[in-house]
Amino acid sequence: MTTPPVSGSVTVKSPVSRRRLSSSLVFLVVSLYFLIPLVATFYWSLRGEKDVLGFEAYRKLFADANFLPAFSESILNAVATILLSLLIVVPTAYWVTLRLPRLRPVVEFITLLPFVVPAIVLVFGLIRLYSRPPLLLTATYDSSRFLLICAYVALSFPYMFRAVDNGLRAIDVRTLTEAAQSLGANWTTILIKVIFPNLRVALLSGALLTFAIVIGELTIALYMAQHTLGPYMANLTRSKVYEPSAMAIVAFAITWAAMGIIDFLARGSSRHKQMVDTD
Amino acid sequence: MKPTTTNSKSVNSTVGGAKRPPRLRLGHWLGVLPFFVFSGLFLIGPTLILAYRSLERSEGGLTLDNYRQLASDTVMSAYGMSIRISLATAILGGLIGFLIAWVVSMGGLPPRFRLITTTFSGVAANFAGVPLASAFVFTLGRVGVVTALFEVLGVDLYKSGFSLYSFLGLTLVYLYFQIPLMVLTILPALDGLKREWREAAENLGASPLQYWRQVALPVLTPSILGTMILLFGNSFGAHATAYALTGGLFNLATLLIGQQISGDVLHNPGLGYAVAMGMVIIMAFSIFIYSILQRRSERWLR
Repeated sequence: MTTPPVSGSVTVKSPVSRRRLSSSLVFLVVSLYFLIPLVATFYWSLRGEKDVLGFEAYRKLFADANFLPAFSESILNAVATILLSLLIVVPTAYWVTLRLPRLRPVVEFITLLPFVVPAIVLVFGLIRLYSRPPLLLTATYDSSRFLLICAYVALSFPYMFRAVDNGLRAIDVRTLTEAAQSLGANWTTILIKVIFPNLRVALLSGALLTFAIVIGELTIALYMAQHTLGPYMANLTRSKVYEPSAMAIVAFAITWAAMGIIDFLARGSSRHKQMVDTD
Repeated sequence: MKPTTTNSKSVNSTVGGAKRPPRLRLGHWLGVLPFFVFSGLFLIGPTLILAYRSLERSEGGLTLDNYRQLASDTVMSAYGMSIRISLATAILGGLIGFLIAWVVSMGGLPPRFRLITTTFSGVAANFAGVPLASAFVFTLGRVGVVTALFEVLGVDLYKSGFSLYSFLGLTLVYLYFQIPLMVLTILPALDGLKREWREAAENLGASPLQYWRQVALPVLTPSILGTMILLFGNSFGAHATAYALTGGLFNLATLLIGQQISGDVLHNPGLGYAVAMGMVIIMAFSIFIYSILQRRSERWLR
């Protein structure tokens, strides 16, 4: 976090300030690349009404009959994904840390697979695997939705596993487990009452990252013919002029909120750790 | 990474061996069983069926014919464009990302800049897809704000050959999530450079340039290369952004697979499977190289 000390800062002041100047320049130029699209989109989103700047595009977006259903369905899918992913990943990471360390390389390999199998390939495979009996899941909207959530859970593995694994490394799982065991707790009690609460920050980070990825996901939802936010947004860009800009700003705000909370949590927990360390 | 593994091995022997009777060994597996079943059903299974179908002859039996047909013009030009865009955004994104990471970590800027950069990078790295495509349409599309600004200055971007829906345009858009990914992955590596190394180099009379060329860069090279390969894969597998930008009609490997899902555009289902598997093979290869380089860099940077 701290900037490295600059050697001889008093005697050789000019190279340091020159470096600061060129640093600022680089930072400024790259910032422009990142900020201009946001500013431009925001500007467009304010032009929904003729000749005045205002929030008409946002009002129209929220009033669109398809927006809220798509949005709420995406939120529900994301929540279901997070819960299912936690339910699968937490025991796995716990077991691999404590009881079956030999399996760690295998589990880590599998959690890397979503980077090897891109979403477009995964949905292709899912459709081919589940579009005919005995594994028919693409027949109805709801069964396709189930398949979609399962695919999202698989996609969340890399993030969720890493988050939970980091969380487990930060606490002393063994001592906690042994203490709970010696007090007579069984494995379910240990997981729910001891491990879960101690992993709160790690779990929340994994959950929020998953949320940010899943909420506007397009590729899988599109080919599973789901009426979620991703396909809705894609449709909107083709049919409307100003609403897509409002939509992009809303999506950006959601991502920003999720990432901001993760940062906030991480900073809080590292501060807490520092306090414990200095004890 | 390593210490925990050895640590927990000893844990396993005390907890699993001494306290628990051996008949519960099956119980050991219960905690990981859901993970393996789930991965098998929704991650490995779908991939394996594509692999199998890509090797299947239409009259039955196995063949490599589908892979031979990857050399056809349609497939090769789609792969070619994907590879070109991925290379360009990996190299450019890697260089710019490294520069920014260096600037905020040791460029003499106040620490606040670093905090803003990491938070924003977290957002931008996950901002791919439809909203990102929209943002660039409103910026550099035919009626985009920047396009309009250039028009005021007397430059018609689209008449002078620029298009958002081209190699150059897609590269510009992809950099929006590639640069932040580079920043996020390379910052810890930069933090790993030990102050003692610089001091030792300075004591031996090295100039800052010599320190960078002979100490810092050799240590960082595996990380930089590895992350660039990660960026390559990240761009190569990207579908949503390109789909939203071009309506799925651009000549890109991921979009070709999308078209094949909707209908047999290659007039050969087997070839469609081979295109998908070719993608998996390239991605697997890049992740493999990435993990090797990452392990190499861990030797110095911890």
